[in-house]
Amino acid sequence: MSTPTQTPASPPSGGDIHHSRLDDVSGIVPSQVHPAGRRPALVIAGASAVVALVLWLGLGLHVAAALLLSFVLYLGAIYVTYRRIGGARVAVDHLVRSLVYFAFVCAVVPLASVLWTVIGQGAGRAFDPDFLSQTMNGVTGLNDQQYAEGSAGFVGGAYHAIMGTLLITGLATLISVPIGMFTAIYLVEYGAGGRLGRGIRFLVDVMTGIPSIVAGLFAFALFTQIFGIRDAKMGLAGAVALSVLMIPTVVRNSEEMLRIVPNELREAALALGVPKWRTIAKVVLPTAASGLASGVTLAIARVIGETAPLLVAIGYARGLNWNPFDGPMNTLAVYAYFMFTKPLSPAVREPSLERAWAAALLLVLLVIALNLLARLIATLFAPKTGR
Amino acid sequence: MSKRIDVTDLDIFYGDFHAVKDVTMSIEPRSVTAFIGPSGCGKSTFLRTLNRMHEVIPGARVEGEVAIDGQNLYARNVDPVDVRRQVGMVFQRPNPFPTMSIKENVLAGVRLNSKRISGKAADELTEKALRGANLWNEVKDRLDKPGSGLSGGQQQRLCIARAIAIQPEVILMDEPCSALDPISTLAIEDLINELKVDYTVVIVTHNMQQAARVSDKTGFFNLEATGKPGELVEYDTTQNIFNNPSQQATEDYISGRFG
Repeated sequence: MSTPTQTPASPPSGGDIHHSRLDDVSGIVPSQVHPAGRRPALVIAGASAVVALVLWLGLGLHVAAALLLSFVLYLGAIYVTYRRIGGARVAVDHLVRSLVYFAFVCAVVPLASVLWTVIGQGAGRAFDPDFLSQTMNGVTGLNDQQYAEGSAGFVGGAYHAIMGTLLITGLATLISVPIGMFTAIYLVEYGAGGRLGRGIRFLVDVMTGIPSIVAGLFAFALFTQIFGIRDAKMGLAGAVALSVLMIPTVVRNSEEMLRIVPNELREAALALGVPKWRTIAKVVLPTAASGLASGVTLAIARVIGETAPLLVAIGYARGLNWNPFDGPMNTLAVYAYFMFTKPLSPAVREPSLERAWAAALLLVLLVIALNLLARLIATLFAPKTGR
Repeated sequence: MSKRIDVTDLDIFYGDFHAVKDVTMSIEPRSVTAFIGPSGCGKSTFLRTLNRMHEVIPGARVEGEVAIDGQNLYARNVDPVDVRRQVGMVFQRPNPFPTMSIKENVLAGVRLNSKRISGKAADELTEKALRGANLWNEVKDRLDKPGSGLSGGQQQRLCIARAIAIQPEVILMDEPCSALDPISTLAIEDLINELKVDYTVVIVTHNMQQAARVSDKTGFFNLEATGKPGELVEYDTTQNIFNNPSQQATEDYISGRFG
């Protein structure tokens, strides 16, 4: 670092900008701000923690109220302290920094709490091989009562729900990825700026906001029209309902990814005498592949936990049903919902609740696995750089 | 392989905007022709009409005729894709395909059109094109590495190799050196001099010294005022344009009095 401390004391020369230095320009005042370390902030944080403890244990305040109150005190103390030692700007800096940390904690606490609860409640049953390989076929409240009394083992599992989730979400993906991807290709490559393109984009935006129960009702109504009200409940109906929710997400994600493919690559391919459709298929799509794949995976993660539309469209099955074109099926979300709201034995709820938590944990694990998969795909397909 | 280009009464429009007015010129085969002129005067636009690349921009259209060896590019039965296979193009910014290796980039024109090519023929074509672009010695040991790992100048020569691998009649270059350092620029200029043995080369440049160094003929484009269409002011041998221009505007521009 070379700081010009000793500047030749030449008089400010009026017109010649090359020979005047910053020091010579009048009107620049030395900064009022003094650097201040983080130690005061740490001391105040420690004091606030003590205050929170006193409020909570000593005065019997609710823990959240105690934390919030001490945080407000912390903010005030931070501002006053840093204003004294550093100046106004340093004080505002520390104040805003504390608020940002607070916002971050507010966002993370529910997430951590959900994970903690689901793991704590579900881990006991979710990895039991019997639970993973049995269905609810023939399991009644009597089995649960016997289990609670200790006279019989735990029976009934979520095998059918796991398979149902995979089947129905897989079908929904098969339906929505081609539709969504081609829509995105049209929007970016062909209909950009046109009236039809703008119309489609508006409709996709509207579709994003459709409540999931409406999607379920739509699918149920559609299949009732075709198969009659008795045979309308089937896995495919659920897949259609999920597609209605998935397509807009796929379109928006893919559109975003295709849009950031540099135009120069399209021009390079076209200038080589490559037809437009081939340019899209062989240059644009491979370049965007990682983003497209992870966008699709996130869209799947978004619908895999849907409950309401599946409840309407495919009903509730106790046993395993491999055929998505006939009869009700089960999924993890619907399974958890039923186990929680309608326990097998109203008198002995615990075994059913245990099943609900285990299903919830499996669902969360599936979503986490999908997210990790998306990241893996993104790195695997990413355009190669380096020498 | 090279062919002559005859442009007659060409007007170029972007929607309602008249971009270039009434250009008539003949470009000789096996020569380098340079277009110079201030920014926004339509030289790049004009260059792109020589292989119908301007059509990529929505609303662009032309009136008039561009003939390559007597065949009008804008005749009704001509497919722009065929035109671009005959008239290659190199862009301002090097744009190798990021998903492809160096070799795949060179073969892109063949592979993307799914023409069948045997492994041996592919190797030969790769070497020939890379030698033609003066890049073979620098990359022959890493043909399977990604093209985006090369330096800017090497990437631009890779793009030239990619363009000559489809064996065009004409090569268009839109400010090929403006993103490169002086040494890479020199390499490209040497390459242009070698390319004109086999190809008709047309180059747009902002660098008048470059035009003077590489070209046989030079066209000066200008526009009267912003919003007015650009036009071809003077087209002559490079010698005459730089030493003895017939138009006052040309002399003003090359002597740096405006623009």
